[in-house]
Amino acid sequence: MNISAAYNAGRLTVFLAGELDQHEARHAMRAIDELLDEYMPRDCAMDMSALSFMDSSGIAVIIRTSRRMKELGGRAWIENPSKQTQRVLDASGIDRLVPVAVR
Amino acid sequence: MNVQNYIKLEFASKSSNEAFARAAAAAFAAQLDPTLEELGDVKTAVSEAVTNCIVHAYPEALGRISMRMRILEGNVLEISVRDWGKGIEDLEQAMKPLYTSGGEERSGMGFTIMESFMDKLRVRSAPGKGTTVVMRRSIRPRVGHL
Ligand SMILES: Nc1ncnc2c1ncn2[C@@H]1O[C@H](COP(=O)(O)OP(=O)(O)O)[C@@H](O)[C@H]1O
Ligand SMILES: [Mg+2]
Repeated sequence: MNISAAYNAGRLTVFLAGELDQHEARHAMRAIDELLDEYMPRDCAMDMSALSFMDSSGIAVIIRTSRRMKELGGRAWIENPSKQTQRVLDASGIDRLVPVAVR
Repeated sequence: MNVQNYIKLEFASKSSNEAFARAAAAAFAAQLDPTLEELGDVKTAVSEAVTNCIVHAYPEALGRISMRMRILEGNVLEISVRDWGKGIEDLEQAMKPLYTSGGEERSGMGFTIMESFMDKLRVRSAPGKGTTVVMRRSIRPRVGHL
């Protein structure tokens, strides 16, 4: 998978692309940790529009990012999940913990 | 039940094989002409079952994973994932949403996702002997689509 980011006025957008499974999860967590350490954002949006596949390992990545943002006194949310990703989000009930925005 | 086709695969419990297992399941399921959503559901359930073998069944060393896929009468896809690893002590607890014996890299949602994405899920496990997960999903025939 591939992770890139954009930062503007306190908001970090992390773009997750490709397939996020257990094999990729550790790499994703480390990459997001480094971005949060570098920018110390107020808000963190996880853009999933180019994420073609995600399983419950991705849920762990989302929960961890959300927790780290809370520690920083900020907020995290998910943006533009693909269809398959949305179904995994629905089945896990994560939307009760981390908001999902579609724009 | 009448078995119309089957395939059996065996692979090492390496996390790089997760993507392979999903792709193999999708390729085998293709003969039932599934929708993209059905295909996504099957791939997700397989990913969960195989990841569990890799992460939980064989936490230390490389182990053997076997995956059997069958087409049963009535457009039913059946996938069994088996390991000869650690096994599960308390199955009822293991299958509860959010339960995980792993750390913060796990979410405890694997069985919940397999259950909600497939029509049937059966798990058999013995501590020290291994675990077998059998899942079935009926693929709706698409009329007027060939
Ligand atoms: N193949 C397996 N071998 C041994 N233990 C397993 C296996 N599959 C699942 N488990 C146990 O069941 C628990 C729940 O599994 P799951 O719902 O997939 O959540 P997670 O993988 O995130 O922990 C695991 O934490 C583990 O203790
Ligand atoms: Mg799991």
